[in-house]
Amino acid sequence: MSASETAPQSAPAAEKARRREVIYRHSLVVRVTHWINVLLISLLLMSGAQIFNAHSRLYWGAAGADADTPIFQMSAHARPNGQLAGTTSLGGLTIDTTGVFGVSQYHGATVVQGFPGWLTIPSYRDLATGRRWHFFMAWAFVINGLIYLAFGFLSGHFRRDVAPDRDQITPRHILRSVWDHIRLKHPTGAEAKRYNVLQKLTYLVVIFVLLPLMLATGLTMSPGMDSVAPWLLDLFGGRQSARTIHFVSANLIVLFVLVHVVEVFLAGVVNEVRSMITGRYVVPGD
Amino acid sequence: MKSRLAVSRRGLIAGASAGLGGLVLAGCDRLSRAPSYRDLLNSAEGLTYRSQRLLEAAQPLAREFPASAISRIFKLNGSIQPGGAAYHALLADNFASYRLAVGGLVARPLSLSLDQLKALAARTQITRHDCVEGWSAIGQWSGARLGPLLLAAGLRPSARYIVFHCADDLGGPGSPYYESIDLVDAFHPQTILAYALNGQPLPVGHGAPIRLRVERQLGYKQAKFVMGIEAVDRLDGIQGGKGGFWEDRGYEWYAGI
Repeated sequence: MSASETAPQSAPAAEKARRREVIYRHSLVVRVTHWINVLLISLLLMSGAQIFNAHSRLYWGAAGADADTPIFQMSAHARPNGQLAGTTSLGGLTIDTTGVFGVSQYHGATVVQGFPGWLTIPSYRDLATGRRWHFFMAWAFVINGLIYLAFGFLSGHFRRDVAPDRDQITPRHILRSVWDHIRLKHPTGAEAKRYNVLQKLTYLVVIFVLLPLMLATGLTMSPGMDSVAPWLLDLFGGRQSARTIHFVSANLIVLFVLVHVVEVFLAGVVNEVRSMITGRYVVPGD
Repeated sequence: MKSRLAVSRRGLIAGASAGLGGLVLAGCDRLSRAPSYRDLLNSAEGLTYRSQRLLEAAQPLAREFPASAISRIFKLNGSIQPGGAAYHALLADNFASYRLAVGGLVARPLSLSLDQLKALAARTQITRHDCVEGWSAIGQWSGARLGPLLLAAGLRPSARYIVFHCADDLGGPGSPYYESIDLVDAFHPQTILAYALNGQPLPVGHGAPIRLRVERQLGYKQAKFVMGIEAVDRLDGIQGGKGGFWEDRGYEWYAGI
């Protein structure tokens, strides 16, 4: 909630008007492509979890299958008492993840699979349908992304809103922003009219590194694309490496979304969400 | 009293979130089963197919690997031991009586023994096999090139697809394994009827005596135990009508991705 909304009624009208400064923060294209992306990335992550479940092991290099050593896996084994336990392993580290990863419940039955049914599309095991969802949404993601990128460059959105301003990329300013984030303190007044420097750098990494990396590693898993662009295999260290990077990047996107949503709540969920729907943002008073 | 109210409110929010999540999942499951929505999702396959065919105009080859990259163990998957008396009889005489039937829309139907196949224009390639499940294995395949074989049989201009009929009874009696590819893949230099893996006669588990290799697509397109090749102009009259065993069960006909 912004300070202005809790301002005492006795405040002079002029003062109140100054505090309730409303700016037009998000353009229509940014808002529409943002919400489409929310839907598409959710569906891509969940159908991707279905696809991962078909072989819940990750490798490094060109090839990798059951006889090879995975660098990451979700698996199941029987406990001495006969009950099934789910485990998740990264390198030599193995932790018990029964109930979530490896072994979970689905409609009252115990199922052996990587991700639980409540994280996959469809919720039941169906690789063919998971792939259908994934590739349809991937095409939609590419089209939506291209519209956003074209708009971002042509309208000046990237240059004006996303690229850090000169004064923001000084060590002093960045350290100050880190300290503000640690204290959960958000900018107010004039400073709240632009994204903070950590926010801008994070958006740049997501827009220009993470999301393109998802697409590129996804395409590297396509045997057809590998014949057209064999350099993709060299870039990512082979098809199985690309599958691993695809998985890691997907998890980084989940991490980004979690932090993003937490920040929205900390900064004032009503004002932030409203600005992403209507475009109008109430500038928090000093 | 107040704290109990707070807990119940929190419980309400958690319950509502779980309920909403459940509704969304149930909605996705219902969409997954709705024919019209499936048709919408399936439209992406045509886009992928046309895009990749456009990009592949120069007929690039799938990557070939050095011998050192060959997988120590090439995973066995799908059907690894066909049933049926006919296949067992072939296996019993080490495929001496095997004949590959080449028919359909061709001017000169052929019936080729394994020795005759081995005398045709051949190719050996060390390639990566990508299962739709996600794993990969590298092996060296040797076999007769499909393109010259089709030309020798006098492929008719009306032919649009090549169908591979298999001895594999994975789907039970009455629905043997089959696959199909377009002519672009049929005439691709790396598309071969493989009779050897890693320098040895093709093992039964990998599809003896003949396995299709169509290197720019996923594993289920690499039909094992090939008994007959048929040139056709359409796929909808064959079994489930989708062009292959797994295609009839929901998978993409174009498995280049």
